[in-house]
Amino acid sequence: MFSIFGVPAPLLFGQLLLGLINGGFYAMLSLGLAVIFGMLNIINFAHGAMFMMGAFVAWMLLNYLGINYWFALPLAPLIVGVFGFVLEKTIISRLYKLDHLYGLLLTFGLALVLEGLFRNGYGSSGMPYQIPALLGGAVNLGFMFLPIYRGWVIVVALVVCIATWMLIEKTKLGSLLRAATENPALVQAFGVNVPRLVTLTFAGGVALAAFAGVLAAPIYSVNPNMGSNFINTVFAVVVIGGMGSIFGAIVSGFGLGVIEGLTKVFYPQASDTVIFVVMVLVLLTRPAGLFGKAA
Amino acid sequence: MRGQRNTQIIAFLILIALVIAAPGMLYPVFVMKVLCFALFACAFNLLIGYVGLLSFGHAAFFGLGAYVTAWTAKNWGLTPEVAILLGGVSGAALGTVFGGLAIRRHGLYFAMITLALAQMVYFFCVEAPFTGGEDGIQQVPRGKLFGVFSLANDMSIYWLVAAIFLIGFFLLNRAVHSPFGQVLKAIRENEPRATSLGYRIDSYKLIAFILSTFIAGIAGGTKSLVFGIATLTDVHWSMSGEVVLMTLLGGLGTVFGPVMGALVVTAMENYLAPFGAWVTVTQGLIFIACVLAFRRGIIGEIGARLKLAL
Amino acid sequence: MTISRRALLGATAAGAIMPVITAPWAPAARAATSVVRIGVLNDQSGPYRDVSGLNSVVCVKQAIQDFGAANKGLTVEVLSADHQNKPDVGAGIARQWFDRDGVDMIIDVPTSSVGLAVASVCREKNRAYINVGAGTAELTGAQCAATTIHWAYDTWMLAHSTGGATVKAGGDTWYFLTADYVFGHDLDRETSGFVTAAGGKVLGHSTYPFPSTTDFSSFLLQAQATGAKVLGLANAGADTVNSIKQAHEFGLTGKTRIAALLMFITDVHALGLATAQGLVLTESFYWNMNEKTRAFAMRIKEKTPNNMPNMVQAGCYAGTIHYLKAIADMGVAAAKASGAAAIARMKAMPTEDDAFGTCHIREDGRVLVPAYLFEVKTPAESKEPWDYYKLLVTTPGNEAFRPLADGHCPLVHA
Repeated sequence: MFSIFGVPAPLLFGQLLLGLINGGFYAMLSLGLAVIFGMLNIINFAHGAMFMMGAFVAWMLLNYLGINYWFALPLAPLIVGVFGFVLEKTIISRLYKLDHLYGLLLTFGLALVLEGLFRNGYGSSGMPYQIPALLGGAVNLGFMFLPIYRGWVIVVALVVCIATWMLIEKTKLGSLLRAATENPALVQAFGVNVPRLVTLTFAGGVALAAFAGVLAAPIYSVNPNMGSNFINTVFAVVVIGGMGSIFGAIVSGFGLGVIEGLTKVFYPQASDTVIFVVMVLVLLTRPAGLFGKAA
Repeated sequence: MRGQRNTQIIAFLILIALVIAAPGMLYPVFVMKVLCFALFACAFNLLIGYVGLLSFGHAAFFGLGAYVTAWTAKNWGLTPEVAILLGGVSGAALGTVFGGLAIRRHGLYFAMITLALAQMVYFFCVEAPFTGGEDGIQQVPRGKLFGVFSLANDMSIYWLVAAIFLIGFFLLNRAVHSPFGQVLKAIRENEPRATSLGYRIDSYKLIAFILSTFIAGIAGGTKSLVFGIATLTDVHWSMSGEVVLMTLLGGLGTVFGPVMGALVVTAMENYLAPFGAWVTVTQGLIFIACVLAFRRGIIGEIGARLKLAL
Repeated sequence: MTISRRALLGATAAGAIMPVITAPWAPAARAATSVVRIGVLNDQSGPYRDVSGLNSVVCVKQAIQDFGAANKGLTVEVLSADHQNKPDVGAGIARQWFDRDGVDMIIDVPTSSVGLAVASVCREKNRAYINVGAGTAELTGAQCAATTIHWAYDTWMLAHSTGGATVKAGGDTWYFLTADYVFGHDLDRETSGFVTAAGGKVLGHSTYPFPSTTDFSSFLLQAQATGAKVLGLANAGADTVNSIKQAHEFGLTGKTRIAALLMFITDVHALGLATAQGLVLTESFYWNMNEKTRAFAMRIKEKTPNNMPNMVQAGCYAGTIHYLKAIADMGVAAAKASGAAAIARMKAMPTEDDAFGTCHIREDGRVLVPAYLFEVKTPAESKEPWDYYKLLVTTPGNEAFRPLADGHCPLVHA
């Protein structure tokens, strides 16, 4: 057994893998944020609340309607997506002409309201959500004992990230989206319903967060605070990757997961803060983030 | 212009009258809390309202001021005025460093970099032994002003707090209406033009930032003496969010807005305390209402209705 | 002229708004009557909401009813507030309650930092203080006060009971998962002391950021790598629930014993028996101990159908009963005049209530309730809802807590 910086190598490999799993969550959440920012120019502070709602909807489906994990996986994002659709139509759409600041403040308020309501309704201890039987158990990888569910998370996260990236970069719909970001008036003139496109983008971004929430439900307890614990980190991820850059969000999501994982071995107290250190360093050297276009 | 100045002077006099009358009508400790937050919000407003810089990490300066004042008053036995001044100076010192790093970034990136730096300060305060971690620095003595007048009584410290608030408020106001303040507003409206007119905008922004952080440190230090405690709450990022709420609610870029905002937010927290989690729900709804319905804030709306610059 | 009229308008507008917004704090004319006011100060929106929260308020009200305050000519009012787990918020509310609202006694106050901050306000203002929810043993140690009583548990008692029993059962090598704040460090340090004193060894600690950590897998892996026999959880509430859940997921539970140093029945409920079974924990109250506790719990459950009282909530009940008893004994006027006198009277009489039975209060303010070491039942053993614990060991009250001399409480020498 060899060691690196005094830490046994197998332990380090294990930490890297765990970092990647958390990175998967960061990537999925920041993906939605980046898409929404790129398209609507809104910094959605309520993204964490949407993640939390995804988990809660899955829990409600199971406990009130008896609908299991496999059906909740597509259903919960759909329900939260519809909620996002309504939200965009009623509230968010009023923000487009205003400064970024107002979008940030409004969604921040939204997050407070949603979290407060769930806390009033369900307390804050968290609800149990069992891992689906099919994905229970664990495999011995030699250097660590990997729960199958965590392996599933990393695979799904990768698939979702690549699919979203493909959708935006390689399809007709994606090119319309990108065009509408650059010049909405022109795209509208070509007969594309841009407001509809914008609404759907917001709903889609929110649904991604909810999807991550369902994935997270069996790992963390379903808890009203689960989103706010993540949100600062996820913001940092998006900023580091470059606001609005899909590719940047994915890469920095996984990358920061790994960096955080390693910090947990060497200096666990700082595992929260390390991401902000990286953020300052990145912003000081590359003002628009790693993959962002300079403003 | 003259009319505006007169209005402001009268409003300022009313403010002084209210500060003097308030402890007779309201619970003095509550009023002191409002005054500390009002000063903090005014300092923050200097940046967002007059320079257009959204700092999302202002709790760092407020909190550091609170810790330094509390620590020096408790462990070195410094008199309150010196301890508070030291709090302000340490806020400004930190502000110089952070300002120097952040000032060249714009808009969101400025907000994010200040947030990130403030998170590091928070981490430092959690880990550093002198802050007492989660417990904070408790049982801070209020001490004797100039080593003579005991501040143990709520009313005697009230006059000190009132004086600090009014001086700080006046100082910020002077800065805003001075030629220096005019340049700041020019930067807010159109930065390239201000540059082309030959102003070294980075220096102007930095000076405004340092002034703002100095006052924030003073506000934090004063609060820690009033309550006899300095804790992680003061450096946490939600404190940075709260000061944004106060300023927004009162009216960005208005002179009296932050004071009104601080009053409403503090009052709301006190009044809603028995209702538990409804506090966050109400706060959230106010955020939403502010952005959707009255972006100018309470004072801003009143000013607009009456066509006054308040 | 026009200008000054405008200014006047502005002034009237500002003047009109002030009283509207601040009206609720205008000095309410409270005559100095014989009304006794009890303030329940706890977490109503954060991580300890379910541990204390509104259920504590329900318990205090039940105590007033059970004591028969109305029949004894006592008028008792209950106030409650959320301290958001922030010491400055808690201390601020306490001040206001004493200065403005005429509160005579504050009860509950979970979260060690808030508990200590409120204790010093109560000492300063000479008002009675019954802490139930906070863990720190400092309350009856270096920071003890003549106005403070500490009810249901503390970190020393938890470390001694759960830690000691686990070492005795053969768990002699430990790895700690510690929340990076005072309570976590206290629990870690005190338990480590017992482990090493009993000849065991502490192999390592992972100190993680509190309260923002949700993923414990990395620390669990590190614990596993050391081969420790016991995983000590020096944390509370949702963190404990999450770490146990994840320990299961990573298969730690087979070889490693988990010692959850602070866990309440409400946490067991959140975990579910399937995951929680076999855990060993310490509480000083369990609803299903005897006839009296069952009767008490049922009275509470009628009002809070989704919850069973835990030791904190039961402590709020017992504390209120005992306080009222002391007041009835010494007279309301005397009790309102001095919190220290009321507390002294409480110390002078044995406690007697349905939740904890008969106990004695030590001069440093420690209530010597017995500590029960429980094991969580398997799903098969559990016969009814909330049937979760089986009793392993009972430590009598006079052995369960830190010896008086080790606390260095200034009151003891005075």
